[in-house]
Amino acid sequence: MLESVMFYALAAFILGFGVLVVTARNTVHCVLFLVANFLCVAMVYVMLGAEFLAIIQILVYAGGIVVLYLFVVMLVNLRRPPDAPVDTRRQSVVGFALAGAMLAEISAILVYSAARPVAAVATAPALPAAGNTETIGMLLYTDYLVPFELASMLLLVAMVGAILLARKDM
Amino acid sequence: MMGDYVVPVLKILVLLNAVLVSVTFMTLLERKVIAWVQVRLGPMRVGYHGALQPIADAIKLLLKEDITPVRADKWVFTLAPIVSMVPALIAFAVIPFDREAVFFGFPIALVVADINVGLLYLVSITSIGVYGIILAGYASNSKFPLLAGLRASAQLISYEIAITMMLVSIVVMSGTLSMVGIIDAQFNARVWYVFLQPVAFVILFIGGLAETNRAPFDLPEAEQELTGGFHTEYSGMRFALFFLAEYANMIVVSAVATTLFFGGWLRPFPNVDALSWLGYVPGWVWFVLKTFVFLYLFIWIRATLPRYRYDQLMRLGWKVLIPLGIANLVVTAVLKVLL
Amino acid sequence: MTPITPYHYLVLSAALFTIGLVGVLVRRNIIIVFMSIELMLNAVNINLAAFSYQLHNAAGQVFAIFVVAVAAAEAAVGLGIILAFFRNKETLNMDDMDIMKW
Repeated sequence: MLESVMFYALAAFILGFGVLVVTARNTVHCVLFLVANFLCVAMVYVMLGAEFLAIIQILVYAGGIVVLYLFVVMLVNLRRPPDAPVDTRRQSVVGFALAGAMLAEISAILVYSAARPVAAVATAPALPAAGNTETIGMLLYTDYLVPFELASMLLLVAMVGAILLARKDM
Repeated sequence: MMGDYVVPVLKILVLLNAVLVSVTFMTLLERKVIAWVQVRLGPMRVGYHGALQPIADAIKLLLKEDITPVRADKWVFTLAPIVSMVPALIAFAVIPFDREAVFFGFPIALVVADINVGLLYLVSITSIGVYGIILAGYASNSKFPLLAGLRASAQLISYEIAITMMLVSIVVMSGTLSMVGIIDAQFNARVWYVFLQPVAFVILFIGGLAETNRAPFDLPEAEQELTGGFHTEYSGMRFALFFLAEYANMIVVSAVATTLFFGGWLRPFPNVDALSWLGYVPGWVWFVLKTFVFLYLFIWIRATLPRYRYDQLMRLGWKVLIPLGIANLVVTAVLKVLL
Repeated sequence: MTPITPYHYLVLSAALFTIGLVGVLVRRNIIIVFMSIELMLNAVNINLAAFSYQLHNAAGQVFAIFVVAVAAAEAAVGLGIILAFFRNKETLNMDDMDIMKW
């Protein structure tokens, strides 16, 4: 009962803030709605039992990436007066049509798979009842070690690239 | 049923009241201590030796005119102090004051929520607190606060990295992210972690000074710089909220340093049986005492050290603390595997 | 009230994905396009977490963490590109970013 209420409330907030991100005129307001969206998504992760992922969502996404967006928005705002972007009507109709087609396709997949019984998927061997963080840590360092190292290299390259791109004397 | 809902709500009420009262009286403590350091007396008029000064301050701030700048973003202008204060307050949800205290025959754990990612929760709440400063600078619709806000938030996110490295060092040593678990690990190891990880403690404390915008890292809000920093355009109670948020952050950093390095509610020398008479003092008294030692240290450092310039500040954060932090983490991990 | 099955989370994820897609296709301000891409990545993450919950396999959450890491890298580099471009042409409108068209 409480779970249903929480889920529907969170879903309403997530979708509402998402629509506000896409439609707000002022870019700083868009960024703030994005932060609220991410915090609600973190709560959805807690409901799904993925507490480490929820904390990573708040720490990295809401507390790092969106701060980066906010910095860029403000640095850009320093140089130009705020004016509304002009949206061409022709392209927005095509955009809505494409998005509608995608939504129809995903809904068809969901309805189709909901009607059929789910085949038994081989689950991972049951680990001893460890906490969520320990489970993810074990997986990251044993089964998924190579993607982990590749991700760290990717982050290093991205860091160097971002610093070089944003320098003034290039 | 009752234990699930009523007890946590009661805990939250008591904790919020305690935090807000201590934060208001911290203003008085700071003014008095800095005054005594400078061989003067501080506030002396209101109440006995100025003890009721915070109440006078609160009344003054509440009665001040509430100015919103012209063409400032009204919603964001109102939101910024709230976004500054709320993370400082909700960080107290995972701070453990004692393992168990008996109230009216019920044993209650003196921690609001002992989640098993408690330490990461604290770090993520700290990174949300950065928004208050950026939004305050932006919403004032003026160049000086905007630049000061960007500077302050750049300082905060730089020192966050050093702090996170130190917290990871502690997690490597204790094997758990839960705050209560870390204190238990110190109890099992029979030694406070500050003796095993002195470098980590020093870096955490310096990072904590920078995270809370305290001297000597308080360039973004100093009066001589940038006409008052990111809260230039704020007056009255909104201005007070920024400062209360700063003091609440100070208490959080002190409590975290106490929990991680100084054994939380454990008595000094837990492995020396000759001092077991110290165990008659309740655990939360030890916790509060240790936290107050750190708060005094914060104020003492503010009264003593000169201010860092902004580029020196950033250089310290990136070029000194982070390499030291990484070295500490590597050495800790290697020694933990070998020993 | 029907109990919340993983299908509810999948529908939420699909709806959020579509909202992000509308943002990418319709808005002209490039920073808002980037933020809509982040919305889409979040929708994918909700999907992964829901399946991880249903199949009791933490690999879904591990994948979601990788998505977060890649999104961070992409945001950093993308915003660097935007800043570099803005320094040259003073515009954030995607329609004006066509100096390499022939």
